[in-house]
Amino acid sequence: MLLLVLKRILLGFITLFIVSLITFSGVEVLPGDACTTYLEREAYGAALEACYERLGLNTPAHERYISWAAGVLQGDFGYSLSGEMRINDVLGPRVKNSMVLASASILIGIPIALLLGIITALWRDKLPDIIISTITIFSMTIPEFISATLLILIVAIWLEWLPGIVIVPTGASISELLPNIILPVIAISMIMTAHMARMVRSSVIQVMASDYVQMAILKGVPYWKMVFKHVLPNALLPAINVVALTIAWLLGGVVVTEVVFNYPGLGRLVIESISNRDLPVVQALAIILASIYVSINLIADLMTLMLNPRLKSLQIKK
Amino acid sequence: MDSAIQIINNLTIGFTSQKGKQISILKNISTTIKKGETVGIVGESGSGKSTLALAMMGYVKHGLYTISGECLFHSNNLLEMKNKDLENIRGRKIAMIPQNAGQSLTPNLKIGYQIDEALKLHTDLKKEERDKKISELLNKVRLPSPEIMAQRYPHELSGGQQQRVAVAMALAGNPELLLLDEPTTGLDVTTQAHVLELLNFIAKDTGTSMVYVSHDLGAIAQVSDRVIVMYSGEIVLDGPVRSILKNPIHPYTFGLLKSIPKLTSPGLPDSMSGSQPQPGTIKTGCSFYERCNLAEDKCKNNSPTLEYIDDLNTSVRCFKYKELINVKETNLDIVKSINNDVLQNEILDISKVSISYAKQKFIDQLLNKIDDSNPTVQDINININKGETLALVGESGSGKSTILKSIAGLLKTKDGMIKFDKDKVLSNDLKMRDPGFLRAIQLIFQNPDESLNPNHTVEEIVSQPLRLYFGLKGDELKQKIIEVLEKVRLGEFYLTRYPRQLSGGEKQRVAVARAFAAKPDIILCDEVTSALDVSVQAAVLNLLQELKEDFGTTYIFVSHDLAVVRAISDRVAVLYQGRLCEIGPSKNVYQLPSHPYTEVLLGAVLEPDPDVKPKLVAEDIVEEMPPEKGCSFQGRCPRILGDICKNEVPPWQIGENGNSIRCHIKVEELKKQQNIN
Repeated sequence: MLLLVLKRILLGFITLFIVSLITFSGVEVLPGDACTTYLEREAYGAALEACYERLGLNTPAHERYISWAAGVLQGDFGYSLSGEMRINDVLGPRVKNSMVLASASILIGIPIALLLGIITALWRDKLPDIIISTITIFSMTIPEFISATLLILIVAIWLEWLPGIVIVPTGASISELLPNIILPVIAISMIMTAHMARMVRSSVIQVMASDYVQMAILKGVPYWKMVFKHVLPNALLPAINVVALTIAWLLGGVVVTEVVFNYPGLGRLVIESISNRDLPVVQALAIILASIYVSINLIADLMTLMLNPRLKSLQIKK
Repeated sequence: MDSAIQIINNLTIGFTSQKGKQISILKNISTTIKKGETVGIVGESGSGKSTLALAMMGYVKHGLYTISGECLFHSNNLLEMKNKDLENIRGRKIAMIPQNAGQSLTPNLKIGYQIDEALKLHTDLKKEERDKKISELLNKVRLPSPEIMAQRYPHELSGGQQQRVAVAMALAGNPELLLLDEPTTGLDVTTQAHVLELLNFIAKDTGTSMVYVSHDLGAIAQVSDRVIVMYSGEIVLDGPVRSILKNPIHPYTFGLLKSIPKLTSPGLPDSMSGSQPQPGTIKTGCSFYERCNLAEDKCKNNSPTLEYIDDLNTSVRCFKYKELINVKETNLDIVKSINNDVLQNEILDISKVSISYAKQKFIDQLLNKIDDSNPTVQDINININKGETLALVGESGSGKSTILKSIAGLLKTKDGMIKFDKDKVLSNDLKMRDPGFLRAIQLIFQNPDESLNPNHTVEEIVSQPLRLYFGLKGDELKQKIIEVLEKVRLGEFYLTRYPRQLSGGEKQRVAVARAFAAKPDIILCDEVTSALDVSVQAAVLNLLQELKEDFGTTYIFVSHDLAVVRAISDRVAVLYQGRLCEIGPSKNVYQLPSHPYTEVLLGAVLEPDPDVKPKLVAEDIVEEMPPEKGCSFQGRCPRILGDICKNEVPPWQIGENGNSIRCHIKVEELKKQQNIN
């Protein structure tokens, strides 16, 4: 069991290593480099040489990769170009802000998704299912940038209930952030919740049709006891991995939504740094997003492993 | 004794088709289950027998509904009862033992919990009493160390053990009526015999009434007092077990009994033509009309009613049953024996073959180390002559399919060599094999649903080998496809059909056609009839035999069913845990003296005759791994000698009938011991 966990963690690190290689070499092969971008028209002669010297760009690529990677391992992403700030200082508050947004969406989205999924499955083809399923399918098909824009139009502009864009400094505290994130959270969690609810629904329906549920009914187990003891544990197990994928996928949604709402998080930073050609920051972001992705999937795998008696005993036997 | 427990009156259950038409699955079923009685309900797939059993618990599957009639349990109609009241009857008064216990036990709950749940619901026992009762129940179904068993999850048990747990769970509420839905289908022969014996014991011990649903007349014969035969949602015959099985007066039952291969009379069984009509297709007349030998015009337009015949105590739904009353039992015996032209010309030589499923670990691969401990299949030596049918028999895990896969090149052998046509060595690697050899060896799989591509028409499926091996195109190709299909008795009309539009038997015919299209020398048949109904099985066996006689093909036929093997093979090889136990001409292998394992297998075969009881000689323990040294059968052998069996691989001995037996016990001694029993 422990061996398996270690193996998974090792695999995660290998993935991250490959991601770092790809982003690093991607940045390398692009025409131009940090200095030409920074110096713009003055990028020639002595000024360029001095810049190369200062940023250490005149050493060979593999040496630069190693020193960069060593820095990353110690939690130091180096310097950003714009304003030559430490990337860590740029990232820190942004990461926090995005975390607040994402975790609020997850905390609200998952319970709602589970509830809706279970309700639609248990009342399959009846009125609650038809209504909820229509809504979930509808909200699944609208991309965030449209739903976000619509939300701003309706709630912020027509009804004037909530602010339409987020106007807080990057370093704002959580209590300052909270009233501002209501609309972004709704926009993000809509698609995610809909996806997960559909997934939970089909998983519950599948288990409800299984031989062991029929057997439980024929054994005289009361309905709700059957649902909680025989159906849900088995139906939600495969849902864990899908939930993880949805959360990972939510990262992409965060990028778009942050831009629409002008929210000072990672997503907006991605867009900003790409348009500023701030390559060190892009590199850092790629690594951070990849490690979030990897760790969420890792957690999901481990959870499935812990909860599934079948896999658990299989591992023990080995 | 005679008081009725359950009375079913004119029960009709059906569904509404997509076109809005009401279609019946069960039609006007009326019958009575008496106290202490065991009733067998027999029928082929689609006959409605499981729907009937579930209705007896007041359960109707999603999509189906009761059209008319009632199901009275102590004069309460279960089909109109509220769920709340049903919960008090299900598990307490009427309990179900499901077909596939492996899938019917909730995977995330321990065995003990699942039995405890039934006890909590249906008894007033306290916690300690319930714990004691759980052990008692597990003991009653003869599971070893009940306390440990209760702590296990369902997947940690073998198929036979899971079935026993299901029985224990059903007994927890002390029910008056037990419903058994194919409880032994899918179990190994020896396990099946043991489970049936247990059920018989429980019926006697507790006086519970039982309804035993099965497609297997052999199993029905062993447990039932009364038999109900169903066809196309109707009861066609209902009477005492002996009269039904020995003098079946309905032509369907007669045909069904004739299509079962039997150990006692070797040869190919007769097949019934056609297949059971789909629900909703029969409008007027007898539903068996199209397949019936005795049918006349009257049967086409008038539906016969269930008629009770006093002197036989039997009800029958047939206008012409009188013609069958005086038919003797021996007419059910098989007359068509096989007669293969076996040439003394070796076509396949399997020598010293070992196969291992153990994967090389990454580090071992780097160090080029080979894990040579205990391969799954070891030391197989078989020569096969041209035109012969060789059968490989054994229970699950005996390695019979593994050997087939290696011959086909789908699985690499670890050791040994397979030679084709005397001296051509078949490469271990499929990619290295000559296309000619690939054509020469074709495979037919167990389940045509999985072996036929659902997105290809029959034409595309059969055309593939023709294009691949013979490069046929256009009209010539089409002509050939039709020719091949006609060989398996499927007309041109099938060309544009998809597998899902065919019945089980038709699908398997397409699979046979695909194999024969390659004009192979050898066909490997992997349990080709075990997914089919008995009457269809007989038809496929007959077809295979005819094709063989036409083309002189060699068959290697893998099956767990000893009677099927007896019907079709010239020579039989018995396998246990990947090791050969016995090999020889089939008529000799089926005679004593034989290897103790063959003896156990033969003893467990269920004949469709209530007077022939199976002989249970060995425990039905499941071994996961073959033993590291000594005889492969040492763990279960009823005649084990001692240390010699545990340490030394037994030698081959030639039996007096020309079969080779691999055992430490001398053949003469085996004969003496086996004759006593």
